[in-house]
Order: sequence, then structure tokens, then C-alpha cells
Amino acid sequence: MERLVVIGNGMAGARTVEEILDRGGRERFAITMFGEEPYGNYNRILLSNVLSGVEDEADIFLNSLPWYEENGITLRAGVRVERIDRFARVVRAADGTVTPYDKLIIATGSRPYVPPIDGMHHPRRGYHQGVFTFRTIDDTRAMIRYARDHERAVVIGGGLLGLEAARGLQQHGVQVTLLHSAATLMNAQLDAQAGAILRRNVESLGITVEVSARTVAVVGRDRVEGVRLADGRTIPSDMVVVAAGIRANVEVAALSGLPVERAILVDDHMRVLDETDIYAVGECVQHRGQTYGLVAPLWEQARVLADQITGRDRTAAYHGSRTATKLKVAGVDVAAMGITTPERDDDEFVVYSEPRRGVYKSVIVRDDRLIGATLLGDVSKVGFLMQAFDRGLPLPEERVRLLFDLGGPPAEESAAELDDGAQVCNCNGVSKGDLVTTVHSGVKTVGGVMDATRAGKGCGSCKSLVAQIVEWAAGGTVEEDPTATWYVPGVPMDKPALMAAIRAQGLKSVSAVFDALAGGREDAKSKMGLVSLLRMMWGEEYQDERGARFINDRVHANIQRDGTFSVVPQMKGGVTTPDQLRRIADVADKYQVPMVKVTGGQRIDLLGIRKEDLPRVWADLDMPSGYAYAKSMRTVKTCVGSEFCRFGVGDSTTLGIAIESRFQGLESPAKMKLAVTGCPRNCAEAYVKDLGVVAIDGGRWEIYVGGAAGAHVRKGDLLATVDSPDEVITLTGRFLQYYRENANWLERTYAFVPRIGIETIRSLIVDDSDGLAAGLDERMAAAVAAYTDPWKEGAAPATAGQFRTALPLLPLPVVPVRERDPA
Amino acid sequence: MTAHLVEFRVGPAADLPVGEGRAYAAGATMVAVFRLRDGSLRAVSAVCPHAGGPIADGIADSAVVICPMHQHVFDLATGCSKTGQPPLAVYPVRVDDEGELVVGLPD
Repeated sequence: MERLVVIGNGMAGARTVEEILDRGGRERFAITMFGEEPYGNYNRILLSNVLSGVEDEADIFLNSLPWYEENGITLRAGVRVERIDRFARVVRAADGTVTPYDKLIIATGSRPYVPPIDGMHHPRRGYHQGVFTFRTIDDTRAMIRYARDHERAVVIGGGLLGLEAARGLQQHGVQVTLLHSAATLMNAQLDAQAGAILRRNVESLGITVEVSARTVAVVGRDRVEGVRLADGRTIPSDMVVVAAGIRANVEVAALSGLPVERAILVDDHMRVLDETDIYAVGECVQHRGQTYGLVAPLWEQARVLADQITGRDRTAAYHGSRTATKLKVAGVDVAAMGITTPERDDDEFVVYSEPRRGVYKSVIVRDDRLIGATLLGDVSKVGFLMQAFDRGLPLPEERVRLLFDLGGPPAEESAAELDDGAQVCNCNGVSKGDLVTTVHSGVKTVGGVMDATRAGKGCGSCKSLVAQIVEWAAGGTVEEDPTATWYVPGVPMDKPALMAAIRAQGLKSVSAVFDALAGGREDAKSKMGLVSLLRMMWGEEYQDERGARFINDRVHANIQRDGTFSVVPQMKGGVTTPDQLRRIADVADKYQVPMVKVTGGQRIDLLGIRKEDLPRVWADLDMPSGYAYAKSMRTVKTCVGSEFCRFGVGDSTTLGIAIESRFQGLESPAKMKLAVTGCPRNCAEAYVKDLGVVAIDGGRWEIYVGGAAGAHVRKGDLLATVDSPDEVITLTGRFLQYYRENANWLERTYAFVPRIGIETIRSLIVDDSDGLAAGLDERMAAAVAAYTDPWKEGAAPATAGQFRTALPLLPLPVVPVRERDPA
Repeated sequence: MTAHLVEFRVGPAADLPVGEGRAYAAGATMVAVFRLRDGSLRAVSAVCPHAGGPIADGIADSAVVICPMHQHVFDLATGCSKTGQPPLAVYPVRVDDEGELVVGLPD
């Protein structure tokens, strides 16, 4: 067995070991953990609850001493590691022991920062007996003991920890003064206005607050008598708590010759730079220049480290975290994410402030993306804001809706106000009560609740409300859904990492992807997305596995509610001929098609075709597939344009047909509906298409992208105005290819375009700022050249029984069949 | 429980492609049979209890099948729904010496 040594038994070290054990680490490693404190590991965040008496010490332990034993871990509690000998591969501890390792993890966390203040240290006795820091259980115990028989306390530091300490000490009957050297409380998270409101809230609790107050000395020789400020005043006090921030605890690493800047430098695998067998995790690491003092990033790091060290997933990588905090500080709800004040001239800064009620809200929007938010006193919108911040969701046009629920449709209501019986998912009939019950039954991730209830699995427009309700019902214990950033749920990678791995390892079939990247575990829910991605990436080289396709893609027709299929032949630009119409009519007669319907995409839909008839229907139609069933380019809607219309200024029909001919059947992350319209009257509805082209006077064409008129309604963003149909076709191809390569599975352009930002897309594909254009054009040309009509498969089925009915002989809910000649 | 089974030969096993499902009539009962990627067979009732969807047209992996109609998920070994629907029935299935699929139904 390999020897794994972990220095640090705090939240990061212990969590990482848990993740390693989850991945079969017990069989693989003999684990030794060093912890400076003589305890098992505990939740440090809850120490303020212990201080204020809300929680018992015993309740904050995460893993007690028996846990280590049960998992075969040797715990060296109360033993400080002094040095790592990287060459001898041993760690030397203060008790004189030497422990060899094969793999080493450093999780030394951080220590309190104590600013230089006179009189705080006694040259011989260390810290003055009335001076405390606030980091460990021992610190907390000592503060409680001291506070019991003293009357006045000064807390130095008006950040989160200082506020918590002040509030906690107050519970022990101590008169507390909070000193903060900056002008704004919690200045790392709050702007001046919000800080002022927080200050009023804190003062109303009976805590005296002094800002811009720099402490220069602790007064008193044998016992603390007060602190002196830079302005000469003295604040009388019996005890001093220093909560002025933390610094990464890197002493051991630095002493041992490991690379340290502000913290220990690690790569995306959480490996210490230039070391093969030494990893680091948590507050003691610096990753891509960032250090983190919150729990969520630490969890992410622990997972990556565990994947790497156990070899479970060699492609796991940590890319940094976007941090958002939501907490109750000294009894006040605070949520903060991203930046606190606008940085650029064109940053949108929306602020609402109501000091008397202690409410403050602000958001900062750049290029239609949320890049910062501060909420104080009323955090009801935090669910949506955190999601928007994390995932770059589209924002409401009226920015005030980011701050308030303004009534209107249910999706705008806040989770708490909704009635239990209110239907949240209108596609699958899921009520708020259903969601809450599911959460209370133990499902604590948004994705898990959606899977269990089907909520959000229809048109998807309720997803953000579902997420808010889950968060509300879980009361802050909502678990992060690790799969949220994955391209498909069964392969733990986002799209760029997945594409890179597929390309690097030459994975050309769905089962090859599962074997190489998911430990051989196939996952039905991931198959469709992988088929689409592999077909886009490999074209003709893709190795088809029929069972991985959705039924629509297995039989090239759209399954309907009664298990029959609908057939939509291609009708480029909505233009047809008498001959085609005659053939369609004959087919409808011959196969007794129960309904013939003109679709919203200007084509003719034959509904109610039996699966076994599909090949003959296609043969008799003798027209190419219209792709009404696929995640692909479906149709290009047109108006008559200049040919017949009195107003038309451009030949939209010809251009629409050209676009449809070129990009027919093109695989994509979600369906793509296009349109070309001959004048701004917009009869073809081009402003609300995935890509819409509008002819304008002067022979020019406007190209809009990211429009929608389905479950979401969104006017597309103007991508470019060009002079010729050729340029339209070039930019269309380039945009579609960029979308194919970068969008998430099932992410329509109305979500994709705002997520990336129209300016970014324009600069990449119109101005070619990063030199991507030639590659995009080339790969699109290859995809176009590889086109084959799937309906040709009718003549030679791909697998045995491809078109065999799966319909039961039992009666099904049957679609009401209309009279053939409506009266 | 398995004492009284009636076996039905429903069709040649060779016509059931790996990774896919097909529907068969076993007497008056419709059964969806899947050949998983490891070659093993599973048989469940062919009609989704939610809205009558054709289970044999679903996507399967080694553990579950997803109905194509509304994406309800069923465990192929137990028939239990993972999405809150009533369960599918599960039937024993094997290939006999002549290469025919044989499904067992309770008497």
C-alpha cells in the first residue's frame, strides 16, 4: 500500500480524505493525518455559534475520533509538523517523529492575522493574557471563560469574523466596542452605502462601532485596561479580540522549499508546482493567483485532488471558483458576490437603499451579465442572483426585477410567497408543494429534485423558479449540484474538457466515451448528448451505436403522444411545387394519415404514421427529410420578399432556400430555427429566430442571433449588417459552427448568446479578433460536405427491426382523429 | 413466486440488436426486451404506466430504461420507477438452444 500523509486535520484536510475514501482510497493508501489541535475535525464556521451559545461544542464536530479508527486512518492529533524533507520523502514533527510518505497533502489552512500593535505581546509571556484571536475551539473556550468575569471587550476588525465575535461576546453580557480601520464595515464585500446600513443595524443591537479607527496599542501592564487609537483616544476595555483577517498558513511549506507566494502555489490538479507527489488544498493554496477563504471552493478542490490522487479521473481539473457568500452576520442577512462597485464606465449599477428599514440592494451588470451583487436586510432574490452570477443566466430587461419581485406571472414570484398548490412547472404539472415534499424527503440538489419530479423537464422556462423553491425549501442546506457544469450528467466534465479528451484519445463512439472517461459506467441520460457531440466532432468517422440515439433519431421521425410518428418532408424556404403537393396528398391517402397540418415552420406535417410504414412513406414521398424531429438545423422560414411583395427590398426566398440547402440537417446542441425576411415588416418573424436575416433598404442585410418565440420570447441581438447574400451565408455558417462547438447540450441560442455576450461573439466571428474564423469556416464546410439524407436509410435499415412497432396491442390514449373532410 | 411461469418464444434473439429494445407479444401481454451492451437480456412490460409510452423505444443503459414519451426512468432489474411512477412488470428472459428469445410470464 502507498503511504499517504496529510498535514492538517481541518475542514479541507478531512474533507479531502473523505473524498479519497469515497474513491476506494482505503484499499489503496495507508493514511496518516497530522493535526495541530488535539481533536477530531470540526466545522470552524460554526465557532461563532459556539461563542454566542447557540450551539454546543459537541455539535460542530464533523468527524469524531472513532471515525479515524473506523477508516483505518492514523490520526496524530496535537502534533505539529515542522518540516517536509522532499528528497527523503518524510515529514518531521515537533515530537521528534519522522514519517515517510509516498504521497503528501498539505492542508494547513490559515492563521489569524495580527496587525502590529504595541503592548499586545509580552516579550517573555507571549500574548497578553487578555488578548485573544478567534480561530480555534481553544480560542473560543478561552474567550468565553474570560468574558464571564469581565465587563468590557474591544473587537479589532469589522469584517465578517469581527462582527461574529462582537455579537457572540455580547451574549455573555460584555459591553462590546467594535473597531474597524477601514471606513466601511465588511469592506471586502460591501460598498460604502451598504456598509453604513450594516453599521446602523449592528449599532441597534447595542454594539458600539468605530470606523476609520486604527488601533495602535494595548494599554495595561498586568491586565488589559484599554486600547489606544491612532487619533490619541483610549477606549477602556478588559479584553481584546483580534479578528483582523487571516493569512495562509504556509510556514511548513516555505521552510521546506516549496513554492509560496501569498500561499502555496498549485496547478489545476491541486498539485504543488513542480512536485510530483505533493498536493495542497484549502485556504493554504494559491491557484491561478487566487486564494479562497470560503467553503465551496474548498469542496471543489477536494474533489479534484481526490480524483487525481486516486486516479479515478485523471482529467479532473480545478478552474477556480466564482465566490458568493450568503450569511447572517450579527443577526443581519447579508449576501454578496462578485465586485462591489462598478469598475468601467459602461457597467450598469442599479442600487436600492432604504436605510431606516436596514435594507440595501445593488447589482452590477456588464455586457448583460451579472458581475456583482450586494443584498442586505432582504435577501429574497439571492437564489436567482447567485445562479445568474454562477452560470451567466439571461437577465430581465427591466433591471429592477433583479432586486424585487414585481408580481406578474408566477415565475416572478418569490419562492416563499408562492402558495403550496401553485403549479410551478406548467408542462408536467408540478406544484410548489411537490417540490417541497421532494426536498424534505432528502433530495437536496436542484438537479435531483428536477429528476424526481420532472419539473423543468418540459419547456424549461420554470427552471429558475424551481431552483429558488428548492433553495428556499432546503433552508440554506441546498447542495451544490456537481453535474451542473457537466456537458452530460454521466461524464464528469464540462464541454471544453470533454471535447479535448475525446479528441486526445480518439473516442469515436458513445461506449468508448463511457469506457475512457466515465469508468465504464454507461448512463442512459447522457447518450443523446454524446451522440450529438461525437457526430459534430467526427462527422463521417463517428461510430454509430443505434441504441444511444433517441427514438426520433433512430427512425428519423417525431414520436407523437400515441406512439405513432409525424413525417415532415423538406420544403426549403417554405416553397413547394404542385408535384410535391400531389405526392404528399397521395401518401396521405395511401397510408390513411389521420391529420395533415401546415406547421409553424412553413411545411406540411403528416401526423399519425405508424413506425413500420415509415420507410415506405419516405420512398413514396421521394423528398428529403425536413428534420422536424432532430436537435439540428430544421427550417428556414421566409416571406415572399421582393419577388411578389410590394414592400420587399431583398430576395428573401432565394436567400432562405440557399441557407437551408447549405445547412440542411446540421447537428447541433439544440434545434435551430432560422428565417429570412424581405423587409423590416418581418413577415417571417426573423427577429425571434435562432438566426434571422432581415433585408433592409440599400441592398443590405441585418443578421440577428439568439432570438426565440417559444417557451422564452427574446428578440435576437444584431450580429452584423452586411452587403451581400454571400456574406450572410458565411457569417451564418460561422455562427452556427461557433454555437455547435461551444453551447451546452440543449442550450438554445437564446440562452447561449446572452451567456457569451453579443459583443464577444461579434468580435470573434465578425471581426475575427482571435483568428478563429478560418477554422470555424473549414469545420463547417466539412460538416456540410458530409451531409447525407437519413431517409435513405428506409431502403436499407441500419439494424434488425429498426422500424418494428413498439406499440402495444392494448388501447392507448389515442389522439382524437379528425374527420377527413372538415365540414 | 417463480413456480408458475408460462414461457413464450417470442422471436429470434439474433434480431435484437445490442443496446436496443424491441417489443414482443407474449400471449396477450406486450413485453419489451432489451439486449444490454454486456450482452445480457432484460424484459419488462412494454407500456409506460404514466401515459402509455412505448418502453421498447426508450434509451437504456446497464441499469435503467428511459421512456421516450416523457422521460420517466425505470430500473430494468426491478421495474421500479425512479421518477415517481407506478412500476413496470419484470419478466425472466433467456435464449433457448435454437436461438429464440423466451419470456416467462406468471401463470
